[in-house]
Amino acid sequence: MNEIIESVKDLSIGFNSQKGKQISILRNVSTNIKKGETVGIVGESGSGKSTLALAMMGYIKQGLFPLKGECLFKSEDLLKMSSRQLEKIRGRKIAMIPQNAGQALTPNLKIGYQIDEALKLHTELNKTERDKKISELLNKVRLPSPETMAFRYPHELSGGQQQRVAVAMALAGKPDLLLLDEPTTGLDVTTQAHVLELLRFIAKDTGTSMIYVSHDLGAIAQVSDRIVVMYAGEIVLEGPARKILKEPIHPYTYGLLKSIPKLSLAGLPASMPGSQPQPGSINEGCSFYDRCNLATDNCKKNSPDLEHIKELDTNVRCFNYKELINKNNNLQTSITKKSNNSEANEVLNLKDVSISYAKQKFFDQLLNKISDQNPTVKDINIDIKKGETIALVGESGSGKSTILKSIAGLLKTKDGQIKFENDRILSSDLKMRNPNDLRAIQLIFQNPDESLNPNHTVEQILSQPLKLYFNLSGEELKKNIIDLLKKVRLGEFYMSRYPRQLSGGEKQRVAVARAFAAKPDIILCDEVTSALDVSVQAAVLNLLQQLKEDLGTTYVFVSHDLAVVRAISDRVAVLYQGRLCEIGPSQNVYKFPSHPYTEVLLGAVLEPDPDIKPKLVAEDIVEEKPPEKGCSFQGRCPRKIGDICNSEVPPWQIGENGNAIRCHINIEELASLQQ
Amino acid sequence: MLLLILKRIGLGLITLFIVSLITFVGVEVLPGDACTTYLEREAYGAALDTCIKRLGLDVPAYERYLDWASNVVRGDFGYSLSGEMPINEVLGPRVKNSLVLASVSILIGIPLAIVLGIITALWRDKLPDIMISTITIFSMTIPEFISATLLILIVAIWLGWLPGIVIIPSDATFYELLSNIILPVVAISMIMTAHMARMVRSSVIQVMASDYVQMAILKGVPYWKMVFRHVLPNALLPAINVVALTIAWLLGGVVVTEVVFNYPGLGRLVIESISNRDLPVVQALAIILASIYVGINLIADLMTLMLNPRLKSLQIRK
Ligand SMILES: Nc1ncnc2c1ncn2[C@@H]1O[C@H](COP(=O)(O)OP(=O)(O)O)[C@@H](O)[C@H]1O
Ligand code: SF4
Ligand code: SF4
Ligand SMILES: [Mg+2]
Repeated sequence: MNEIIESVKDLSIGFNSQKGKQISILRNVSTNIKKGETVGIVGESGSGKSTLALAMMGYIKQGLFPLKGECLFKSEDLLKMSSRQLEKIRGRKIAMIPQNAGQALTPNLKIGYQIDEALKLHTELNKTERDKKISELLNKVRLPSPETMAFRYPHELSGGQQQRVAVAMALAGKPDLLLLDEPTTGLDVTTQAHVLELLRFIAKDTGTSMIYVSHDLGAIAQVSDRIVVMYAGEIVLEGPARKILKEPIHPYTYGLLKSIPKLSLAGLPASMPGSQPQPGSINEGCSFYDRCNLATDNCKKNSPDLEHIKELDTNVRCFNYKELINKNNNLQTSITKKSNNSEANEVLNLKDVSISYAKQKFFDQLLNKISDQNPTVKDINIDIKKGETIALVGESGSGKSTILKSIAGLLKTKDGQIKFENDRILSSDLKMRNPNDLRAIQLIFQNPDESLNPNHTVEQILSQPLKLYFNLSGEELKKNIIDLLKKVRLGEFYMSRYPRQLSGGEKQRVAVARAFAAKPDIILCDEVTSALDVSVQAAVLNLLQQLKEDLGTTYVFVSHDLAVVRAISDRVAVLYQGRLCEIGPSQNVYKFPSHPYTEVLLGAVLEPDPDIKPKLVAEDIVEEKPPEKGCSFQGRCPRKIGDICNSEVPPWQIGENGNAIRCHINIEELASLQQ
Repeated sequence: MLLLILKRIGLGLITLFIVSLITFVGVEVLPGDACTTYLEREAYGAALDTCIKRLGLDVPAYERYLDWASNVVRGDFGYSLSGEMPINEVLGPRVKNSLVLASVSILIGIPLAIVLGIITALWRDKLPDIMISTITIFSMTIPEFISATLLILIVAIWLGWLPGIVIIPSDATFYELLSNIILPVVAISMIMTAHMARMVRSSVIQVMASDYVQMAILKGVPYWKMVFRHVLPNALLPAINVVALTIAWLLGGVVVTEVVFNYPGLGRLVIESISNRDLPVVQALAIILASIYVGINLIADLMTLMLNPRLKSLQIRK
């Protein structure tokens, strides 16, 4: 167990800036990977984790170059090898499992060919042996019908299946070391849990060492023996997984763990101020100085070294780490939020709403109706109270965004009504809505890069709704913009910035400010924190909550992340295949009895705690279409009771605490089953 | 899949029908008719009568259109006024000559463009790229009539290596043609090759930066194998449609070049028949050129459809 496979020594990697300055994005990184060990590398985006992982395969991305140091694989420096030598090592000794398998599989080549290619390169097997091996590998990664799978093209598989193919391909050369770069990011919660489980199994089964790179401490906690925490291109903390996650002795890791919303905790996670510094902007002192609450004057002038603490078997880069030793029992805390007054009036009411993407046939178009017997979204009934945050959760494709688009008027409903304040029916056609209704409902999107016009300054972006809805101009307009920026905690000087000059979190703040500019009654939030790093996510969640408490806005909050939903929402609606499964106050949805689908989702959540393992109760199949009749979850339900599930739509049952569950199993029986 | 092909072909036919209508109506609404236009001041008496008889101008327009169209479908374009013979006889050798010119340009131009595009992409920002890219960008910016004239000036007049003007009859044999078309081919393929090479270059560069190419490298696939299996098929696929457009666009270049080099092809015929006011020939040419245009695009669409695994399986599944 103690044999070192790969050793990184004092590695720095950088690029030349436009001004000809050398800027390093990895600084003095040293670490060792032992045989059979899984090391998790964690850090926010831009912290240099992928650059480090790729360098460990001797691969330096175009534009970058090594400044100093070495990557020793079995005591040979990968960074000095010729491409001939590297071809012999890559895939055979060290193999990579990429972040987005969908993009990492060559689109014009069949799955079988791509695995065969690796086998041909790295083994001595003949054609028939290789064919056998391909099915074996596909079987090992638990893909259905391995024989036919080999003849499929990558785009014919689901995201989880593509990821499995990438794993099979990496295993083909029987590598000693597997590098995984965010292998489950972008997958659905249940799929993610299944893929992680597979990886754990493979590590155990083959004794392969693994380097697991991720921004997600939840995923890291599930697989790692040891964890390396990176910040701004440096290792700031390194040690045994359990120690790092339960008693982090670096202020950054501590803050990071506190900013992760947890299923077991109601209330909002604490956020860290600021954001990671840009490469090249650190001149002297500790790189975490700006955001650190333990910082002293010493930290400003001198940069700490990575110090080895023998009794904890940990390396830490901090002058004041001792203050954190034995003081971390308060990791399990959160900020309580003001809960909503349940007597408030209704602002939005969805009644029997169905939405279809089916193309209208010619005659139906003439009659202006949509004839789809099995629409994407069906029978949605939700009342939303003023000042409430209601969350819609479900895996991708469950119809969350579709419902939001319909509320916003971007998508026509097929049946049913959307009523706004005092039972006024909102037209399902955007053009027919009156300006005041348009103002009252605003949308914030997942990706601010796509929703903010890159050619407009922040001032221009924010002045548009102010001009459009309130006819403001001149001094008054400017005053309002400054006010808005203040609300989202951005200074006045941001007015002249372009989106590209902002960090991800700042961009999302501008998007939030733009939505609030219209003084809306309802804000529809579509996965607004999914693209953000956890520390930034916590800040945006806190901001949204604060604004809501001050202004009384109502949120419809769409997310696939149950922990985030738990943190921000008052009420939760769980969707599967465009049909409601369960709806109720958020504290109850997270308690049993739950709808079997909610149970599956809750079981798959990855907590940043090595002692809480996900419970995988259902297969991670992707269903293309909702079933024609019966319960929407019949295809995957682990508690299915028989034909009635296939033939009849289950009834709503109300539990003791007011959460409604739509299942054929009696609610008390369900409670005792789930004990 | 079959349905889709039929649909595309149908659309192409409709386009051709519309083109034929437009040219026909265009001739109709011009003041005078084909005969008075052609005969000009001699349009009276017996000459006019025989002309009208010959073209059948004495029947109503829609009948004439139907008559003309049904003949065209059967491959008969009618009678040329200036050549005083059936248009088919005028067209035959011209079509052959232009085809020779175009196909030699394409056969040289496309492979050359692809090779240059790949070289510039793989050696991006290195010497080969810088040299080739400078030349391609330069030749993209000069229009044919200038490059053709310059070629004549330099190669034919100053150096005297090749004849500057093609002086061969329109029914010359293939071998006679070949020796005469070097300069026209160079003039035509220069811009086309340059455009396509740029396009191939950027497409290859884009694919080289993709995740799956990085993955192939990290899998240990040797460089050239990676280029041929993982990069080129994906990079050249989107190039097919551009190639088609370029070929279609080449038709225009052929007209100009043929005139400058006095080459007896379809292009020169267009100019000749317009200046002779030989309207039946103009009509015939419009239909022929439009068919070529539609045909090339159709072929490109079908090729993309066949080669793209994404579209292929989509169609099969449906
Ligand atoms: N523009 C579209 N055309 C056809 N189908 C769509 C379109 N957008 C989404 N869908 C389908 O509608 C379903 C719900 O999608 P969506 O609302 O985006 O789900 P979610 O936001 O929960 O991920 C999915 O099956 C998806 O494939
Ligand atoms: S060295 Fe100082 S600024 Fe840096 S993390 Fe430690 S306490 Fe904070
Ligand atoms: S109705 Fe049947 S299939 Fe649906 S959730 Fe309940 S037990 Fe499962
Ligand atoms: Mg969505």
